[in-house]
Amino acid sequence: MRWIWIDKFAEFESGRRAVAIKNVTMAEEHLHDHFPGFPVMPECLMIEAMAQTAGILVGEAAGFREKVVLAKISKAVFFDYVRPGDSLRIEAEITTMAIEAASTSGTITRGDQTIAEIELMFSHVDRNLAGKKFPEENFVFTGTFTGLLRDIALNHKRPVAQPTESG
Amino acid sequence: MGMDRDEIFQKIQGVLVDALGVDEDEVTAEATLMGDLGAESIDFLDIVFRLEKAFGIKVPREELFPAESLLNNPELVSNGKLTSKGLAELRERVPHTDLSEFEKNPDLSKLADLFTVNAIVTYIDGRLNA
Repeated sequence: MRWIWIDKFAEFESGRRAVAIKNVTMAEEHLHDHFPGFPVMPECLMIEAMAQTAGILVGEAAGFREKVVLAKISKAVFFDYVRPGDSLRIEAEITTMAIEAASTSGTITRGDQTIAEIELMFSHVDRNLAGKKFPEENFVFTGTFTGLLRDIALNHKRPVAQPTESG
Repeated sequence: MGMDRDEIFQKIQGVLVDALGVDEDEVTAEATLMGDLGAESIDFLDIVFRLEKAFGIKVPREELFPAESLLNNPELVSNGKLTSKGLAELRERVPHTDLSEFEKNPDLSKLADLFTVNAIVTYIDGRLNA
């Protein structure tokens, strides 16, 4: 199963940049343990939010024909705690797009405050590990994410590529 | 407009510090990318992307890291070593790398040592100032 860690896209410019929103809530069970009496969002889950935002941006740019996997966290710097009730704005931008991979850079903000700066690299896995087989469920674009993009396409009346059923 | 080797080296040093998360003083001219600086395969692509941005030129990956694609060709590799045909091919592909040491024992595991900071400097120097 794939889990969705961002709530919606607020902006989506194909091949260029995307902005997603993630609302943090005390209903997320891990916050009860991280930490008891002092709930803060784990930094790795901020990276996950960026990876989903940027990963969909990269996948859509290639028309969802490539299997996109997170290959490298080039940079991840955090400036403040994120607490339940916070609304995060996750902005990702493609810095380089090549046949076999892409790199992105982005920021996470809360209001006018920068929470994190995160640079990632994504690999188009079939271009790099030709012949190796991976289970389909390892990949993001199996349809679960379609809804996120459908919403933004409807709201902005902008055509956005949709993943095919075969993933 | 020309950039001398020292300037090129400094810029490449910055690229490698960012791409590999190493300290500036680790990035010496003789340092090997994999052995000394801990680069993995995805890092090579990251380095290519960053070099393109830093120098404003297109850097074909197989031109900068030509040995990568030799490794899986059975005609060029036998028993973990490059064949004489493989060596000839390598020489042709890396005119900017000193192979004299490697040729004595063309073991594949030693191939990684050919990817040095200096080799990148020489390549970029050739592209900018040839």
